[in-house]
Amino acid sequence: MMFFAATIAVLVSLGLALVRALLGPTLFDRVLAGNTIGTLAVLTLALIGFVTGRPEFLDIAILYTLLNLIGTIAVLRYFKLSEPVVPAAPEE
Amino acid sequence: MLYFASAVIITYFFWLVLSGHYTLLLMVIGAVSSLLVVMLASRMAVVDREGHPIDLVGRAIWFWPWLVWQIVKSGIDVSRIILSPSLPISPTLINVRATQKSAVGLVTYANSITLTPGTVSVEVEGDEITVHAITYAGAQDLAEGDMDRTVSRFEGGRRAQ
Amino acid sequence: MEQIIDIVSWVFLIAGGLFCVIGTVGMMRMPDMFTRLHAASIVDTLGMGFLIVGMVLQAGFTLVAAKLIIIAALILLTSPVATHALAQAALHAGLRPKLDHDETGGHIAGEDASSNS
Repeated sequence: MMFFAATIAVLVSLGLALVRALLGPTLFDRVLAGNTIGTLAVLTLALIGFVTGRPEFLDIAILYTLLNLIGTIAVLRYFKLSEPVVPAAPEE
Repeated sequence: MLYFASAVIITYFFWLVLSGHYTLLLMVIGAVSSLLVVMLASRMAVVDREGHPIDLVGRAIWFWPWLVWQIVKSGIDVSRIILSPSLPISPTLINVRATQKSAVGLVTYANSITLTPGTVSVEVEGDEITVHAITYAGAQDLAEGDMDRTVSRFEGGRRAQ
Repeated sequence: MEQIIDIVSWVFLIAGGLFCVIGTVGMMRMPDMFTRLHAASIVDTLGMGFLIVGMVLQAGFTLVAAKLIIIAALILLTSPVATHALAQAALHAGLRPKLDHDETGGHIAGEDASSNS
């Protein structure tokens, strides 16, 4: 029950972070929102592991923690090497 | 050699935690594979003091709780700012001086600044760190150098004091 | 004893969920990208920390608790790296923070004052 409540809270904040990723005026707002979504996804995975009583989810959470950093750094390096785009490119 | 051994031990511990099956075969496989991984890593020349400062572990016992306390204090401050309707922020960009001697100490200081909510280290060059703080008061607190001294003590230990 | 641990982990889980929501609400309210970084770091530190402590208390002294502590340690080690990389990349791409006080005198570490665009 208590894990369920915490999961709801984390999912609400995941939704808010997703709104920021969609709104975000610059590219870096979106990358930041992506990073936060990654952290929240790790927490959701851990909590779901407790809700369903299956601790295997924690292994996925560990992997996702590492991938989250790699993903953020990779995106930033990609945009550092290409032409800087500030403010973000207009919608196609 | 010391760093090689400690890297193997930590990798093997990681394997044991992740595996959860403690039969002889699996434990031997784990030992072999962690040895292999560290051998590959030492060919990349990343198994040294900089990647792996084990002599700091003893002092980390008092440094980490201190850092956690700083994080909780400033985290509650920033939460109060976010929840107050008028959003009383005063973003400040400031240069602070870092007195650490080694690269490990400098990274520890910059990461401690970033990890504490309310301050983010934007750029590091030499012994100068450019910090973005969400309030002017937070930037002034950092410029007083309390955290700088604590990290220096954590890094330097006996000889730097 | 069981009951006390349950109550304490309730408090930690609720606090963690609350800090996650506060952090992302801050991300919605803050005016520019650099101030949003501060709001996001609340999620990475306080929200994550309280939730993990609450879960560790429920797990007890088991392998699950060890894995949770590994997750917490990895997030605490990697999140400042990601945040710093993000701030640095944004600054170098020419994004300037909205400031009330600029104490640097236009000088940013590792950058010539003339190269500010």
